[in-house]
Amino acid sequence: MSMVDGPTPLHTAKADQAAEDREAVGTPPGSSAAVRRKGWFGGLGEKWQELPRQKQWAVLIIVVVLAYLLPVINPPLISTEPGNDFPLACQTMAVWALVAVGLNVVIGYAGLLDLGYIAFFAVGSYVAAMLTSPDSTFLKIPYLWTIPVAMAVTMFFGVLLGVPTLRLRGDYLAIVTLGFGEIVRILATIIPAMKGQVGFQNLGHPPGLDAHGVPIFANSNGTPWYWLTLTILIIVLLLAGNLERSRVGRNWIAIREDEDAAETMGVPTFKYKVWAFAIGAGIGGMSGALMSGQVGFVNNQKFDVVTSVLFVAAVVLGGAGNKVGAILGGALVAYIPLRFTAIADYKYLIFGLALCLIMIFRSHGLLAARQQLLAYGRHAYNEVKARTDAKSAKAKAAPGKEASL
Amino acid sequence: MSESNETSGRHADVDIAGVDTVVAEAAAPERDIAVKVGDDLVEVKNLTMRFGGLLALDDISFTIKRGEILGLIGPNGAGKTTCFNAMTGVYKPTSGQVLLEGRVLNGVKQHKITRAGLARTFQNIRLFGEMTALENVVVGLDARHKTSVIGALLRLPRHTREEKSAIERGMALLEFVGIADQAATLSRHLPYGSQRRLEIARALATDPKVLCLDEPAAGFNPAEKEELMQLIRTIRDDGYTVLLIEHDMKLVMGVTDRIVVLEFGKKIADNVPSVIREDPKVISAYLGEPEDDFA
Repeated sequence: MSMVDGPTPLHTAKADQAAEDREAVGTPPGSSAAVRRKGWFGGLGEKWQELPRQKQWAVLIIVVVLAYLLPVINPPLISTEPGNDFPLACQTMAVWALVAVGLNVVIGYAGLLDLGYIAFFAVGSYVAAMLTSPDSTFLKIPYLWTIPVAMAVTMFFGVLLGVPTLRLRGDYLAIVTLGFGEIVRILATIIPAMKGQVGFQNLGHPPGLDAHGVPIFANSNGTPWYWLTLTILIIVLLLAGNLERSRVGRNWIAIREDEDAAETMGVPTFKYKVWAFAIGAGIGGMSGALMSGQVGFVNNQKFDVVTSVLFVAAVVLGGAGNKVGAILGGALVAYIPLRFTAIADYKYLIFGLALCLIMIFRSHGLLAARQQLLAYGRHAYNEVKARTDAKSAKAKAAPGKEASL
Repeated sequence: MSESNETSGRHADVDIAGVDTVVAEAAAPERDIAVKVGDDLVEVKNLTMRFGGLLALDDISFTIKRGEILGLIGPNGAGKTTCFNAMTGVYKPTSGQVLLEGRVLNGVKQHKITRAGLARTFQNIRLFGEMTALENVVVGLDARHKTSVIGALLRLPRHTREEKSAIERGMALLEFVGIADQAATLSRHLPYGSQRRLEIARALATDPKVLCLDEPAAGFNPAEKEELMQLIRTIRDDGYTVLLIEHDMKLVMGVTDRIVVLEFGKKIADNVPSVIREDPKVISAYLGEPEDDFA
């Protein structure tokens, strides 16, 4: 969005006031063009920031309710049927959205290009499989417990990968993570306990039977799985928001913007990069556990590099750095091949082209909003805004003075 | 503090109210410094920096006294910035020591040096472009914060407390350097002069014992330079110690209490400005050998 814009108007200002002001002071040359250039999703993010808190909550509640009802409503044009079962498609989309939110912490916030994110997804899947499938020789725990366990184990792997590699930067880090993605897949093939291509069947699922004595969380019943994943997604979003508007988020963005300057300003860059990796990994592991629980089967075939690149594509497509954008990107990348089955075979071609177009026309992704990095910034910005308003009013009253401002 | 009020009036065109004493109070350093005013706060001892065959710093020794503005000057390539980088941990000195309050800084990680109280700005502006001015300053303030990742995740009381105080102090610092009106502007959209000032505010935010400014007036016209020098004086009057690298000798004469002159990595003079001005070695370093009608 804003790489090319003119000076950004204050985010928290009321829209009408801001517009009035621009007219009064005279628009800086870049900004009107910038507003036009933003196109479809246009100043959506900024408009959102300008809404009062209560309205934001009202809109959010409606969106959340609609999201929960999505598989029940099964809207005709959006539906993936008859090609694919829509509730299951919703579950896939939710898992991809969760993956994208996790990867967004690593790529979007901390600016660390991780091409091997699939490894964490795989670790999470295998944790769920090996702790619930009857094919595994490990101890068994209830499925729902595998979600936090998967998260903890993948966080450990995140730190394990991060500590030696996060001294590298940019392309070098990307190559190492790419290697890590492959290592996990190959380990799954050669370690006997992980059962390679044979894999694990009949993974556990959350408890509960419906009126007919069929498990509520059956493999073919997408809706409850979708609700479970969506609930976790919402919790993750809230927590990610907390991190964003804190010291942690600021430090990540500072690292992304200029790592050396961040270090000089007292940011322990290495520590925060490892944290970003660990948190991203934890979310990836959780999504792996959720995906494999619904599918009910895990083997080494699904965790290839191409999927890993699709994860990155989802984040970049949606808007790196913006968690809502990441959800959109993740859901879209999952949705398009399911909805348009005729073109599913060409999905890499299509996503490739889409990425090229995005890079040319919207280099910050579909939904590029700037991060809000201060928990209590709204108030301060409003005050500044009020002051500059008062000042420009004064300048209007005494035109001679305007030049000196 | 009458001088500080007077000086602050001079950049009043940025902020009509000027930097009043309340703001100066709010922006003043908050922590105890073990060294008394006038005693050595920083000691640079026999600092040598070698890049392969190039001797960038050759056995440099000087001290910075608490409460002074020390100028570090020299012609291009004299080793000023190298000296800075060696002090702030960007480079590891080949030999020699840097001590802050008697504590050796060699081998200490950069972010820990900043926390120990040595903050710096950059010759080529290095702000966090995608952050607003206020957020940039708060990153500096975070150097003093103790919120953990868990604390931020769950919004524990300390996080709330630190966030609130950060906004207040951040705004006060922006006010202090005269760019509070632009608090909500992305830093890469700020005018050049404001960016320079923001760099200073961000460095002040880390609550430094010594503020190291690397050519803060680079690219300024004489009027802007003068304003900046006033700001630096105000900063000193507010209780900070300042190390100033400056290229422009005339300018530095007016603002510093003492000047160290480097040439080709060697210290050639260390004295008060009036003596430095007359020092033949310094004159020849800057102007070449003096000619009759020049001297």
